[in-house]
Amino acid sequence: MTILVLAEHDNNTLNQASLSVIAAARAIGGDIDVLVAGENCSAVADAAAAADGVTRVLLADSPLYGHFLSENLALLLSRTGHAYSHILAAAGTTGKDVLPRVAALLDTAQISDIIRVEDADTFVRPIYAGNALATVRSDDPVKVITVRPTAFDPVSAEGGSAAIEALPAAEDAGLSAFVSAQNAESDRPDLASADIVISGGRGMQNGENFQLLENVADILGAAIGASRAAVDAGFVPNDMQVGQTGKIVAPQLYIAVGISGAIQHLAGMSDSKVIVAINKDEEAPIFQVADYGLVADLFDAVPALENALRDAV
Amino acid sequence: MKVLVAVKRVIDYNVKVRVKPDQSGVDLDNVKMAMNPFCEIAVEEAVRLKEKGLASEVIVVSIGTAASQEQIRTALALGADRGLLIETDEEVQPLDAAKLLKAVVEQEQPGLVILGKQSIDSDNNQTGQMLAALTGMGQATFASAVEVTDDRVQVTREVDGGLMTLSLKLPAVITTDLRLNEPRYASLPNIMKAKKKPVAVTTADELGLALSPRLKTLKVEAPEPRKAGIKVADVAALVDKLKNEAKVI
Repeated sequence: MTILVLAEHDNNTLNQASLSVIAAARAIGGDIDVLVAGENCSAVADAAAAADGVTRVLLADSPLYGHFLSENLALLLSRTGHAYSHILAAAGTTGKDVLPRVAALLDTAQISDIIRVEDADTFVRPIYAGNALATVRSDDPVKVITVRPTAFDPVSAEGGSAAIEALPAAEDAGLSAFVSAQNAESDRPDLASADIVISGGRGMQNGENFQLLENVADILGAAIGASRAAVDAGFVPNDMQVGQTGKIVAPQLYIAVGISGAIQHLAGMSDSKVIVAINKDEEAPIFQVADYGLVADLFDAVPALENALRDAV
Repeated sequence: MKVLVAVKRVIDYNVKVRVKPDQSGVDLDNVKMAMNPFCEIAVEEAVRLKEKGLASEVIVVSIGTAASQEQIRTALALGADRGLLIETDEEVQPLDAAKLLKAVVEQEQPGLVILGKQSIDSDNNQTGQMLAALTGMGQATFASAVEVTDDRVQVTREVDGGLMTLSLKLPAVITTDLRLNEPRYASLPNIMKAKKKPVAVTTADELGLALSPRLKTLKVEAPEPRKAGIKVADVAALVDKLKNEAKVI
């Protein structure tokens, strides 16, 4: 049994989420090949080869894959992947875009966003915004799976010494073209894998007030997130949304500020180790999942928190 | 250009779901059902394309029990022109849904197919991508802006790092994200008008397909609930707890 893991990267750096996907592959058991498809991405292949538990790295370095267009990636993956028992990718926007296309090309089901491996055919995944957990079994010869990275402790980025083999590109699907990207530049840790996340909701009132959270995040080395309400209102960009259909986070500490706690938001953060809620409405549902709740006006409490942390940390 | 929109009947997003005691699934008896929110955004986008003169006809298709007619009528009240129900009482998994939709695409030859990015019941996020693969079309998932020009469509997508814009050849498949548009409310006159719009009913069998669910659900459980926490009196107490009790800062 050999498992193929699609590496997630930006042509320079291997995304931490891929180390969690490799961990999921180890839980299934068998040899693990990592496919690095991109353009001028040999540094990523080197990083994948060094990851603990990787048997072999396949490097498909071509302009066809530079922007991770799903039509081209899916062709490559379906050609390469049919010989594997499992094809895995992180349940981020790339994996969610590409893997269903691969599965359809292979005429196989796709299993989305698994959080546990029961055995090589059986997996647990959240449904209904995490309000239920389904255990599903697949008898397809190739199982195509996206993995929720926060549910698997990443393997070590070091210790491996896998061989790197060049994989020829498949043909150009010729269906889509990259036009432009608007990437949020930030010195902060990646939201999806940060140890501490501080998120703001509708209660922040506007985008400028997120500066209050930035000040706290600076002290804690935290990433900043947001509820759907704050993103829909235009306070902050979409890539900050935590929730059922946004990013799933599970940090050591999650601080929810001015967030009421709709089930769709809880779906994205309720696996955090410690949850703090600051909200002036003591009936807010967020308090039902919070380890520590502070009923207070955030415009008083957050600056006070900043000051207290400056002394305490 | 025809635009085909797929819609799904799901449990209303406000309903707190309950797992059945026998672990066979979630309890859907006497629960409020509605159109999947992402599908509603898909209908709205298609209707806007028609209003801009870029689409000639908006066809809405649903796969499910006879009750899904309700969601088709809702889409017609929002401005779609006609409906098609692929009626089945069986479980429809994404690969089967994509195969059924492919058969509809072959009949209708739409220039654009718009679907929600995921349904809020099974949270799969697969059907649009699978349909694109099976029909050999390009795909733009998680769309937050759509612009149709002659024979191409430019789509801005919400991705992990921010936004990404793609240009696709038509015909193409688009799946909607939350911020693509804000769906309108159906007016009473439009709800009345929708009752007269045509809705055809077909079956997988008539489309020459047999459903073959690949995944077997062994059990459905409620997640472990989080233990209730405590309220702290002030910021000083909060910082003390985080530092000395939880030890996370």
